[in-house]
Amino acid sequence: MIYADNAATTQMSEKAIKAMLPYMEKIWGNPSSLYSFGQEAKDAMNFAREEIAHCLGAAAAEIYFTSGGSESDNQAIISAAKIGAKKNKRHIISTAFEHHAVLHTLDKLKREGFDIELLDVHENGIVTPEQIKNSIRADTALVTIMYANNEIGTIQPISEIGEICRAAKIIFHTDAVQAAGHLPIDVKAQNIDMLSISAHKFHGPKGIGALYARKGIQLVNIIEGGAQERGKRGGTENVPAIMGMSAALSDACANMAANNSKLLKLRQKLIGGLIKIPHSTLNGDADKRLPGNVSFCFEGIEGEALLLHLDDRGICASSGSACTSGSLDPSHVLLAIGRPHEIAHGSLRLTLCENNTEDEVEKIIAAVGEVVEYLRSISPLWKDKVIGKREFILPA
Amino acid sequence: MPLYSAKVMDHFRNPRNVGSIENADGVGEVGNAVCGDIMKIYLKIDNDIITDVKFETFGCGSAIASSSMATEMIKGKPVSEVLQLTNKAVTEALDGLPAHKLHCSVLAEEAIKAAIEDYQSKHK
Repeated sequence: MIYADNAATTQMSEKAIKAMLPYMEKIWGNPSSLYSFGQEAKDAMNFAREEIAHCLGAAAAEIYFTSGGSESDNQAIISAAKIGAKKNKRHIISTAFEHHAVLHTLDKLKREGFDIELLDVHENGIVTPEQIKNSIRADTALVTIMYANNEIGTIQPISEIGEICRAAKIIFHTDAVQAAGHLPIDVKAQNIDMLSISAHKFHGPKGIGALYARKGIQLVNIIEGGAQERGKRGGTENVPAIMGMSAALSDACANMAANNSKLLKLRQKLIGGLIKIPHSTLNGDADKRLPGNVSFCFEGIEGEALLLHLDDRGICASSGSACTSGSLDPSHVLLAIGRPHEIAHGSLRLTLCENNTEDEVEKIIAAVGEVVEYLRSISPLWKDKVIGKREFILPA
Repeated sequence: MPLYSAKVMDHFRNPRNVGSIENADGVGEVGNAVCGDIMKIYLKIDNDIITDVKFETFGCGSAIASSSMATEMIKGKPVSEVLQLTNKAVTEALDGLPAHKLHCSVLAEEAIKAAIEDYQSKHK
Protein backbone atom coordinates (compact mmCIF):
# COMPACT_ATOMS: atom_id res chain seq x y z
CA MET A 1 0.00 0.00 0.00
CA ILE A 2 1.14 3.53 -0.80
CA TYR A 3 -0.30 5.93 1.74
CA ALA A 4 -0.60 9.44 0.32
CA ASP A 5 -3.37 10.89 2.48
CA ASN A 6 -1.41 12.34 5.38
CA ALA A 7 -3.61 15.43 5.55
CA ALA A 8 -6.48 13.09 6.48
CA THR A 9 -4.51 11.31 9.15
CA THR A 10 -1.00 9.99 9.73
CA GLN A 11 0.44 6.70 10.86
CA MET A 12 1.37 6.86 14.53
CA SER A 13 5.10 6.97 15.12
CA GLU A 14 6.74 4.30 17.23
CA LYS A 15 7.88 7.03 19.59
CA ALA A 16 4.29 8.17 20.11
CA ILE A 17 3.05 4.63 20.71
CA LYS A 18 5.89 3.92 23.14
CA ALA A 19 5.18 7.14 25.00
CA MET A 20 1.56 6.08 25.49
CA LEU A 21 1.97 2.49 26.63
CA PRO A 22 3.16 3.12 30.21
CA TYR A 23 0.07 5.26 30.81
CA MET A 24 -2.21 2.40 29.80
CA GLU A 25 -0.26 -0.45 31.38
CA LYS A 26 1.13 1.01 34.59
CA ILE A 27 0.39 4.62 35.38
CA TRP A 28 -3.32 4.57 34.66
CA GLY A 29 -4.50 6.62 37.62
CA ASN A 30 -6.76 9.63 37.35
CA PRO A 31 -4.67 12.82 37.30
CA SER A 32 -7.29 14.51 39.49
CA SER A 33 -6.83 11.96 42.30
CA LEU A 34 -5.03 13.05 45.41
CA TYR A 35 -2.96 9.92 46.03
CA SER A 36 0.50 9.64 44.55
CA PHE A 37 -0.57 7.05 41.93
CA GLY A 38 -2.89 9.68 40.41
CA GLN A 39 -0.35 12.45 40.88
CA GLU A 40 2.16 10.44 38.87
CA ALA A 41 -0.19 10.66 35.89
CA LYS A 42 -0.66 14.36 36.55
CA ASP A 43 3.09 14.97 36.62
CA ALA A 44 3.46 13.20 33.28
CA MET A 45 0.62 15.23 31.82
CA ASN A 46 2.19 18.46 32.98
CA PHE A 47 5.50 17.42 31.48
CA ALA A 48 3.63 16.89 28.19
CA ARG A 49 2.05 20.32 28.54
CA GLU A 50 5.52 21.86 28.97
CA GLU A 51 6.80 20.04 25.90
CA ILE A 52 3.89 21.08 23.71
CA ALA A 53 4.13 24.66 24.93
CA HIS A 54 7.84 24.63 24.13
CA CYS A 55 7.18 23.43 20.56
CA LEU A 56 4.75 26.30 19.99
CA GLY A 57 6.64 29.03 21.80
CA ALA A 58 3.93 29.25 24.46
CA ALA A 59 3.85 28.92 28.23
CA ALA A 60 2.56 25.66 29.70
CA ALA A 61 -0.31 27.49 31.41
CA GLU A 62 -1.52 28.60 27.99
CA ILE A 63 -2.06 25.05 26.69
CA TYR A 64 -5.45 23.36 27.08
CA PHE A 65 -5.95 19.74 26.07
CA THR A 66 -9.01 19.05 23.92
CA SER A 67 -10.40 16.18 21.85
CA GLY A 68 -8.78 17.54 18.68
CA GLY A 69 -8.69 20.30 16.12
CA SER A 70 -12.45 20.70 15.77
CA GLU A 71 -13.04 21.18 19.47
CA SER A 72 -10.11 23.59 19.72
CA ASP A 73 -11.48 25.64 16.80
CA ASN A 74 -14.96 25.68 18.32
CA GLN A 75 -13.73 26.76 21.73
CA ALA A 76 -11.40 29.43 20.38
CA ILE A 77 -14.03 31.05 18.19
CA ILE A 78 -16.89 30.84 20.68
CA SER A 79 -14.63 32.30 23.38
CA ALA A 80 -13.48 35.21 21.23
CA ALA A 81 -17.07 35.89 20.19
CA LYS A 82 -18.17 36.03 23.81
CA ILE A 83 -15.32 38.37 24.73
CA GLY A 84 -16.25 40.58 21.77
CA ALA A 85 -19.97 40.58 22.51
CA LYS A 86 -19.29 41.91 26.02
CA LYS A 87 -17.80 44.99 24.37
CA ASN A 88 -20.52 45.06 21.72
CA LYS A 89 -18.10 43.82 19.06
CA ARG A 90 -19.73 41.32 16.73
CA HIS A 91 -17.68 41.45 13.54
CA ILE A 92 -15.52 38.41 12.72
CA ILE A 93 -13.05 38.18 9.85
CA SER A 94 -12.15 34.82 8.33
CA THR A 95 -11.70 33.25 4.89
CA ALA A 96 -13.98 31.33 2.56
CA PHE A 97 -11.81 28.22 2.64
CA GLU A 98 -11.45 27.49 6.34
CA HIS A 99 -12.05 24.02 7.71
CA HIS A 100 -15.72 23.27 8.47
CA ALA A 101 -14.92 23.25 12.19
CA VAL A 102 -14.36 27.00 11.76
CA LEU A 103 -16.96 27.75 9.07
CA HIS A 104 -19.81 25.93 10.79
CA THR A 105 -19.00 27.60 14.12
CA LEU A 106 -19.06 30.95 12.32
CA ASP A 107 -22.42 30.00 10.76
CA LYS A 108 -23.77 29.38 14.23
CA LEU A 109 -22.54 32.79 15.39
CA LYS A 110 -24.06 34.40 12.32
CA ARG A 111 -27.45 33.03 13.33
CA GLU A 112 -26.84 34.61 16.75
CA GLY A 113 -26.37 38.00 15.13
CA PHE A 114 -22.63 38.16 14.50
CA ASP A 115 -21.42 39.77 11.30
CA ILE A 116 -19.18 37.22 9.58
CA GLU A 117 -16.90 38.45 6.80
CA LEU A 118 -15.24 35.71 4.74
CA LEU A 119 -12.34 37.03 2.72
CA ASP A 120 -11.51 35.94 -0.81
CA VAL A 121 -8.41 33.74 -1.05
CA HIS A 122 -7.67 34.36 -4.76
CA GLU A 123 -6.64 31.75 -7.29
CA ASN A 124 -3.39 31.06 -5.45
CA GLY A 125 -5.25 30.22 -2.23
CA ILE A 126 -3.64 32.91 -0.08
CA VAL A 127 -5.25 35.81 1.74
CA THR A 128 -3.18 39.00 1.91
CA PRO A 129 -2.35 41.03 5.03
CA GLU A 130 -3.80 44.06 3.22
CA GLN A 131 -7.17 42.35 3.01
CA ILE A 132 -7.14 41.88 6.76
CA LYS A 133 -6.05 45.45 7.36
CA ASN A 134 -8.81 46.77 5.10
CA SER A 135 -11.50 44.64 6.71
CA ILE A 136 -10.81 45.52 10.31
CA ARG A 137 -13.50 47.69 11.89
CA ALA A 138 -14.02 49.26 15.30
CA ASP A 139 -16.35 46.37 16.15
CA THR A 140 -14.10 43.52 14.96
CA ALA A 141 -13.99 40.87 17.69
CA LEU A 142 -11.86 38.21 16.04
CA VAL A 143 -9.71 37.37 13.06
CA THR A 144 -9.52 33.60 12.44
CA ILE A 145 -7.34 32.47 9.54
CA MET A 146 -5.99 28.98 9.05
CA TYR A 147 -2.20 28.53 9.13
CA ALA A 148 -2.20 26.24 6.08
CA ASN A 149 -5.12 24.92 4.08
CA ASN A 150 -6.04 21.26 4.50
CA GLU A 151 -6.91 20.61 0.87
CA ILE A 152 -4.55 22.70 -1.22
CA GLY A 153 -1.83 23.20 1.40
CA THR A 154 -1.39 26.94 0.88
CA ILE A 155 0.39 28.72 3.73
CA GLN A 156 -1.13 31.98 4.93
CA PRO A 157 0.89 35.08 5.98
CA ILE A 158 0.32 34.35 9.66
CA SER A 159 3.10 36.55 11.11
CA GLU A 160 1.95 39.59 9.14
CA ILE A 161 -1.68 39.03 10.09
CA GLY A 162 -0.65 38.57 13.72
CA GLU A 163 1.18 41.88 13.68
CA ILE A 164 -1.81 43.70 12.22
CA CYS A 165 -4.22 42.16 14.74
CA ARG A 166 -1.96 42.86 17.70
CA ALA A 167 -1.58 46.50 16.65
CA ALA A 168 -5.37 46.78 16.32
CA LYS A 169 -5.89 44.91 19.63
CA ILE A 170 -8.02 42.26 17.95
CA ILE A 171 -7.92 38.59 18.96
CA PHE A 172 -6.19 36.48 16.32
CA HIS A 173 -6.88 32.75 16.15
CA THR A 174 -5.30 30.35 13.69
CA ASP A 175 -6.35 26.80 12.91
CA ALA A 176 -2.87 25.27 12.71
CA VAL A 177 -4.06 21.67 12.41
CA GLN A 178 -2.21 21.11 9.13
CA ALA A 179 0.80 23.21 10.12
CA ALA A 180 1.77 22.00 13.60
CA GLY A 181 4.78 19.72 13.42
CA HIS A 182 5.28 20.62 9.77
CA LEU A 183 5.98 24.36 9.80
CA PRO A 184 7.79 26.47 12.40
CA ILE A 185 5.34 28.03 14.87
CA ASP A 186 6.14 30.62 17.53
CA VAL A 187 2.95 32.06 18.97
CA LYS A 188 4.77 34.86 20.78
CA ALA A 189 6.89 36.02 17.85
CA GLN A 190 3.95 35.67 15.47
CA ASN A 191 1.49 37.51 17.74
CA ILE A 192 -0.96 34.59 17.73
CA ASP A 193 -3.58 34.78 20.50
CA MET A 194 -5.16 31.37 19.98
CA LEU A 195 -4.08 28.34 18.00
CA SER A 196 -5.57 24.88 17.38
CA ILE A 197 -3.65 21.66 16.84
CA SER A 198 -4.57 17.99 16.41
CA ALA A 199 -2.18 15.15 17.25
CA HIS A 200 -3.11 12.70 14.51
CA LYS A 201 -1.87 15.07 11.80
CA PHE A 202 1.72 14.72 13.04
CA HIS A 203 1.97 10.99 13.77
CA GLY A 204 0.26 11.20 17.14
CA PRO A 205 -2.96 9.51 18.27
CA LYS A 206 -6.48 10.43 17.17
CA GLY A 207 -8.98 12.06 19.49
CA ILE A 208 -6.51 14.43 21.15
CA GLY A 209 -5.58 18.00 20.40
CA ALA A 210 -4.73 21.23 22.10
CA LEU A 211 -5.80 24.81 22.18
CA TYR A 212 -3.24 27.48 22.92
CA ALA A 213 -4.87 30.57 24.39
CA ARG A 214 -2.66 33.52 25.32
CA LYS A 215 -2.62 34.40 29.01
CA GLY A 216 -5.46 36.80 29.70
CA ILE A 217 -7.87 35.35 27.16
CA GLN A 218 -10.94 34.14 29.00
CA LEU A 219 -12.03 30.82 27.52
CA VAL A 220 -15.67 29.74 27.41
CA ASN A 221 -16.34 26.06 28.12
CA ILE A 222 -17.56 23.84 25.30
CA ILE A 223 -17.64 20.89 27.71
CA GLU A 224 -18.85 21.58 31.22
CA GLY A 225 -17.70 19.30 33.98
CA GLY A 226 -15.00 19.06 36.58
CA ALA A 227 -12.08 21.34 37.26
CA GLN A 228 -9.82 19.76 34.64
CA GLU A 229 -7.83 22.07 32.38
CA ARG A 230 -8.16 24.86 34.91
CA GLY A 231 -11.92 24.56 34.72
CA LYS A 232 -12.02 25.26 31.00
CA ARG A 233 -12.61 21.75 29.71
CA GLY A 234 -14.42 19.15 31.79
CA GLY A 235 -13.72 15.42 31.55
CA THR A 236 -10.98 13.16 32.83
CA GLU A 237 -7.90 13.82 30.75
CA ASN A 238 -6.84 11.23 28.18
CA VAL A 239 -3.38 10.88 29.65
CA PRO A 240 -2.04 8.20 27.23
CA ALA A 241 -3.15 10.27 24.22
CA ILE A 242 -1.67 13.43 25.74
CA MET A 243 1.66 11.62 26.20
CA GLY A 244 1.48 10.38 22.60
CA MET A 245 0.72 13.86 21.28
CA SER A 246 3.59 15.40 23.18
CA ALA A 247 6.08 12.76 21.99
CA ALA A 248 4.87 13.09 18.40
CA LEU A 249 5.04 16.88 18.36
CA SER A 250 8.51 17.04 19.93
CA ASP A 251 9.70 14.49 17.40
CA ALA A 252 8.12 16.32 14.47
CA CYS A 253 9.58 19.66 15.58
CA ALA A 254 13.04 18.22 16.22
CA ASN A 255 13.14 16.67 12.75
CA MET A 256 11.23 19.36 10.88
CA ALA A 257 14.09 20.64 8.77
CA ALA A 258 15.26 17.18 7.71
CA ASN A 259 11.70 15.96 7.04
CA ASN A 260 10.84 19.01 5.01
CA SER A 261 13.91 18.93 2.84
CA LYS A 262 13.10 15.31 1.99
CA LEU A 263 9.42 16.11 1.47
CA LEU A 264 10.09 19.08 -0.79
CA LYS A 265 12.01 16.84 -3.18
CA LEU A 266 9.21 14.28 -3.22
CA ARG A 267 6.55 16.95 -3.65
CA GLN A 268 8.33 18.63 -6.55
CA LYS A 269 8.88 15.29 -8.24
CA LEU A 270 5.21 14.43 -7.87
CA ILE A 271 4.04 17.82 -9.13
CA GLY A 272 6.50 17.61 -12.02
CA GLY A 273 5.14 14.21 -12.99
CA LEU A 274 1.45 15.04 -12.74
CA ILE A 275 1.64 18.41 -14.51
CA LYS A 276 2.66 16.49 -17.64
CA ILE A 277 -0.89 15.13 -17.85
CA PRO A 278 -2.59 17.37 -20.43
CA HIS A 279 -5.41 19.64 -19.26
CA SER A 280 -4.47 19.38 -15.60
CA THR A 281 -3.65 22.06 -13.06
CA LEU A 282 -2.00 22.37 -9.67
CA ASN A 283 -4.34 23.86 -7.07
CA GLY A 284 -2.90 26.58 -4.87
CA ASP A 285 0.34 28.51 -4.89
CA ALA A 286 3.27 26.50 -6.26
CA ASP A 287 5.74 27.66 -3.56
CA LYS A 288 3.83 28.80 -0.50
CA ARG A 289 2.37 25.37 0.24
CA LEU A 290 2.89 22.62 2.78
CA PRO A 291 5.96 20.56 1.89
CA GLY A 292 3.86 17.39 1.54
CA ASN A 293 0.79 18.74 -0.26
CA VAL A 294 0.00 18.07 -3.91
CA SER A 295 -3.48 19.02 -5.14
CA PHE A 296 -4.52 18.69 -8.77
CA CYS A 297 -7.56 18.96 -10.99
CA PHE A 298 -7.85 16.84 -14.13
CA GLU A 299 -10.34 17.96 -16.74
CA GLY A 300 -13.01 15.57 -18.05
CA ILE A 301 -13.03 13.07 -15.18
CA GLU A 302 -14.63 12.71 -11.77
CA GLY A 303 -12.57 12.38 -8.61
CA GLU A 304 -14.32 9.50 -6.88
CA ALA A 305 -13.84 7.19 -9.86
CA LEU A 306 -10.17 8.20 -9.85
CA LEU A 307 -9.83 7.40 -6.14
CA LEU A 308 -11.47 3.97 -6.51
CA HIS A 309 -9.11 3.00 -9.32
CA LEU A 310 -6.12 4.28 -7.34
CA ASP A 311 -7.34 2.23 -4.37
CA ASP A 312 -7.33 -0.84 -6.64
CA ARG A 313 -3.69 -0.03 -7.35
CA GLY A 314 -2.97 0.23 -3.62
CA ILE A 315 -2.81 4.02 -3.48
CA CYS A 316 -4.67 5.93 -0.73
CA ALA A 317 -5.56 9.49 -1.73
CA SER A 318 -8.49 11.89 -1.47
CA SER A 319 -10.59 14.18 -3.64
CA GLY A 320 -12.78 17.24 -3.32
CA SER A 321 -15.41 15.99 -5.76
CA ALA A 322 -19.08 16.17 -4.76
CA CYS A 323 -19.27 12.38 -4.68
CA THR A 324 -16.56 12.24 -2.03
CA SER A 325 -17.77 15.28 -0.08
CA GLY A 326 -21.16 13.66 0.50
CA SER A 327 -22.93 16.76 -0.80
CA LEU A 328 -24.05 17.99 -4.20
CA ASP A 329 -21.29 20.55 -4.39
CA PRO A 330 -17.61 19.89 -4.79
CA SER A 331 -15.13 21.12 -2.18
CA HIS A 332 -15.72 24.68 -0.93
CA VAL A 333 -11.94 25.12 -1.00
CA LEU A 334 -11.66 24.50 -4.73
CA LEU A 335 -14.68 26.71 -5.40
CA ALA A 336 -13.11 29.42 -3.19
CA ILE A 337 -10.00 29.53 -5.41
CA GLY A 338 -12.26 29.91 -8.42
CA ARG A 339 -12.25 26.43 -9.90
CA PRO A 340 -15.48 25.89 -11.84
CA HIS A 341 -17.68 23.03 -10.55
CA GLU A 342 -16.79 20.83 -13.50
CA ILE A 343 -13.06 21.14 -12.82
CA ALA A 344 -13.44 20.82 -9.05
CA HIS A 345 -15.18 17.46 -9.55
CA GLY A 346 -11.96 16.14 -11.09
CA SER A 347 -9.72 16.89 -8.13
CA LEU A 348 -7.10 14.74 -6.45
CA ARG A 349 -5.24 15.45 -3.22
CA LEU A 350 -2.03 13.56 -2.49
CA THR A 351 -0.42 14.39 0.84
CA LEU A 352 2.97 12.89 1.53
CA CYS A 353 4.96 12.40 4.70
CA GLU A 354 8.63 11.77 5.35
CA ASN A 355 8.05 8.01 5.19
CA ASN A 356 7.08 8.11 1.51
CA THR A 357 9.77 7.25 -1.03
CA GLU A 358 10.80 8.33 -4.52
CA ASP A 359 9.79 4.90 -5.75
CA GLU A 360 6.29 5.44 -4.37
CA VAL A 361 6.07 8.85 -6.00
CA GLU A 362 7.02 7.31 -9.34
CA LYS A 363 4.33 4.66 -8.90
CA ILE A 364 1.75 7.32 -8.06
CA ILE A 365 2.65 9.36 -11.15
CA ALA A 366 2.34 6.32 -13.39
CA ALA A 367 -0.93 5.14 -11.81
CA VAL A 368 -2.61 8.56 -11.91
CA GLY A 369 -1.57 8.98 -15.55
CA GLU A 370 -3.06 5.62 -16.49
CA VAL A 371 -6.30 6.07 -14.59
CA VAL A 372 -6.89 9.62 -15.86
CA GLU A 373 -6.30 8.45 -19.41
CA TYR A 374 -8.67 5.50 -18.96
CA LEU A 375 -11.44 7.57 -17.35
CA ARG A 376 -11.13 10.16 -20.10
CA SER A 377 -11.45 7.39 -22.68
CA ILE A 378 -14.91 6.52 -21.35
CA SER A 379 -15.98 10.12 -20.62
CA PRO A 380 -18.47 11.71 -23.05
CA LEU A 381 -17.47 15.09 -21.64
CA TRP A 382 -13.83 14.56 -22.56
CA LYS A 383 -14.78 13.27 -26.01
CA ASP A 384 -16.85 16.40 -26.68
CA LYS A 385 -13.87 18.53 -25.78
CA VAL A 386 -11.51 16.56 -28.00
CA ILE A 387 -13.83 16.90 -31.03
CA GLY A 388 -14.38 20.58 -30.30
CA LYS A 389 -18.04 20.31 -29.32
CA ARG A 390 -17.20 21.75 -25.91
CA GLU A 391 -14.35 24.00 -24.95
CA PHE A 392 -11.43 22.95 -22.79
CA ILE A 393 -11.23 24.89 -19.55
CA LEU A 394 -7.68 24.00 -18.54
CA PRO A 395 -4.77 24.55 -20.93
CA ALA A 396 -3.18 21.50 -22.58
CA MET B 1 -18.50 -2.41 5.26
CA PRO B 2 -17.23 -1.10 1.94
CA LEU B 3 -19.02 1.83 0.31
CA TYR B 4 -20.20 -0.25 -2.65
CA SER B 5 -21.45 -3.81 -3.16
CA ALA B 6 -19.23 -6.34 -4.89
CA LYS B 7 -21.48 -6.07 -7.94
CA VAL B 8 -21.07 -2.30 -8.17
CA MET B 9 -17.30 -2.67 -7.89
CA ASP B 10 -17.28 -5.42 -10.53
CA HIS B 11 -19.20 -3.24 -13.01
CA PHE B 12 -17.07 -0.23 -12.11
CA ARG B 13 -13.81 -2.13 -12.60
CA ASN B 14 -14.93 -4.07 -15.68
CA PRO B 15 -17.67 -2.03 -17.27
CA ARG B 16 -19.73 -3.91 -19.89
CA ASN B 17 -20.61 -2.31 -23.21
CA VAL B 18 -18.37 0.70 -22.80
CA GLY B 19 -17.73 2.76 -25.93
CA SER B 20 -19.80 4.25 -28.73
CA ILE B 21 -21.70 3.06 -31.82
CA GLU B 22 -21.21 4.76 -35.16
CA ASN B 23 -24.48 5.47 -36.92
CA ALA B 24 -26.45 4.52 -33.81
CA ASP B 25 -30.21 4.35 -34.20
CA GLY B 26 -30.72 6.24 -30.99
CA VAL B 27 -28.45 8.33 -28.78
CA GLY B 28 -29.37 9.72 -25.36
CA GLU B 29 -27.34 12.00 -23.12
CA VAL B 30 -28.36 13.14 -19.64
CA GLY B 31 -26.75 14.91 -16.71
CA ASN B 32 -24.36 17.85 -16.80
CA ALA B 33 -20.77 18.69 -16.08
CA VAL B 34 -21.60 21.10 -13.25
CA CYS B 35 -23.24 18.29 -11.24
CA GLY B 36 -20.36 15.96 -12.03
CA ASP B 37 -22.10 13.27 -14.04
CA ILE B 38 -22.97 12.84 -17.70
CA MET B 39 -24.20 9.57 -19.23
CA LYS B 40 -24.44 8.89 -22.93
CA ILE B 41 -26.16 5.80 -24.33
CA TYR B 42 -25.91 4.55 -27.93
CA LEU B 43 -28.48 2.04 -29.25
CA LYS B 44 -28.59 -0.19 -32.30
CA ILE B 45 -32.19 -1.24 -32.84
CA ASP B 46 -33.39 -3.85 -35.31
CA ASN B 47 -37.06 -4.84 -35.59
CA ASP B 48 -37.75 -3.05 -32.33
CA ILE B 49 -35.10 -5.16 -30.56
CA ILE B 50 -32.03 -3.60 -28.91
CA THR B 51 -29.37 -5.49 -30.82
CA ASP B 52 -26.44 -3.48 -29.46
CA VAL B 53 -25.85 -0.88 -26.77
CA LYS B 54 -22.83 1.11 -25.66
CA PHE B 55 -22.27 3.77 -23.05
CA GLU B 56 -19.88 6.55 -22.09
CA THR B 57 -19.96 8.06 -18.62
CA PHE B 58 -18.32 10.99 -16.89
CA GLY B 59 -18.99 10.40 -13.23
CA CYS B 60 -18.29 8.56 -10.03
CA GLY B 61 -17.98 4.83 -9.42
CA SER B 62 -21.70 4.25 -9.02
CA ALA B 63 -22.49 6.27 -12.17
CA ILE B 64 -20.15 4.07 -14.22
CA ALA B 65 -21.48 0.88 -12.61
CA SER B 66 -25.13 1.95 -13.09
CA SER B 67 -24.57 2.63 -16.79
CA SER B 68 -22.80 -0.68 -17.25
CA MET B 69 -25.51 -2.65 -15.46
CA ALA B 70 -28.32 -0.86 -17.28
CA THR B 71 -26.81 -1.64 -20.70
CA GLU B 72 -26.57 -5.31 -19.76
CA MET B 73 -30.18 -5.33 -18.69
CA ILE B 74 -31.53 -4.00 -21.98
CA LYS B 75 -29.35 -5.76 -24.52
CA GLY B 76 -31.45 -8.11 -26.69
CA LYS B 77 -34.72 -6.81 -25.23
CA PRO B 78 -37.65 -5.35 -27.18
CA VAL B 79 -38.05 -1.55 -27.00
CA SER B 80 -41.45 -1.87 -25.28
CA GLU B 81 -39.86 -3.85 -22.47
CA VAL B 82 -36.89 -1.51 -22.16
CA LEU B 83 -39.25 1.42 -21.69
CA GLN B 84 -40.44 -0.28 -18.51
CA LEU B 85 -36.91 -0.28 -17.02
CA THR B 86 -36.79 1.55 -13.70
CA ASN B 87 -33.91 2.94 -11.69
CA LYS B 88 -35.11 0.65 -8.90
CA ALA B 89 -34.49 -2.41 -11.06
CA VAL B 90 -30.98 -1.15 -11.90
CA THR B 91 -30.26 -0.50 -8.22
CA GLU B 92 -31.51 -3.95 -7.24
CA ALA B 93 -29.44 -5.62 -9.95
CA LEU B 94 -26.40 -3.88 -8.45
CA ASP B 95 -27.28 -5.25 -4.98
CA GLY B 96 -28.10 -1.73 -3.86
CA LEU B 97 -26.49 1.70 -3.91
CA PRO B 98 -25.79 4.09 -1.01
CA ALA B 99 -28.74 6.49 -0.56
CA HIS B 100 -26.83 9.53 -1.82
CA LYS B 101 -25.91 7.60 -5.00
CA LEU B 102 -29.41 6.57 -6.03
CA HIS B 103 -29.53 9.43 -8.55
CA CYS B 104 -26.88 7.55 -10.57
CA SER B 105 -29.37 4.78 -11.30
CA VAL B 106 -31.97 7.44 -12.17
CA LEU B 107 -29.54 8.88 -14.70
CA ALA B 108 -29.06 5.43 -16.25
CA GLU B 109 -32.81 4.99 -16.64
CA GLU B 110 -33.16 8.48 -18.08
CA ALA B 111 -30.26 8.07 -20.50
CA ILE B 112 -31.75 4.88 -21.93
CA LYS B 113 -35.18 6.46 -22.26
CA ALA B 114 -33.65 9.50 -23.94
CA ALA B 115 -31.89 7.22 -26.44
CA ILE B 116 -35.15 5.40 -27.22
CA GLU B 117 -36.98 8.72 -27.64
CA ASP B 118 -34.28 9.78 -30.06
CA TYR B 119 -34.77 6.54 -31.99
CA GLN B 120 -38.56 6.90 -31.99
CA SER B 121 -38.41 10.51 -33.14
CA LYS B 122 -36.32 9.42 -36.12
CA HIS B 123 -38.58 6.48 -37.00
CA LYS B 124 -42.00 8.08 -36.90
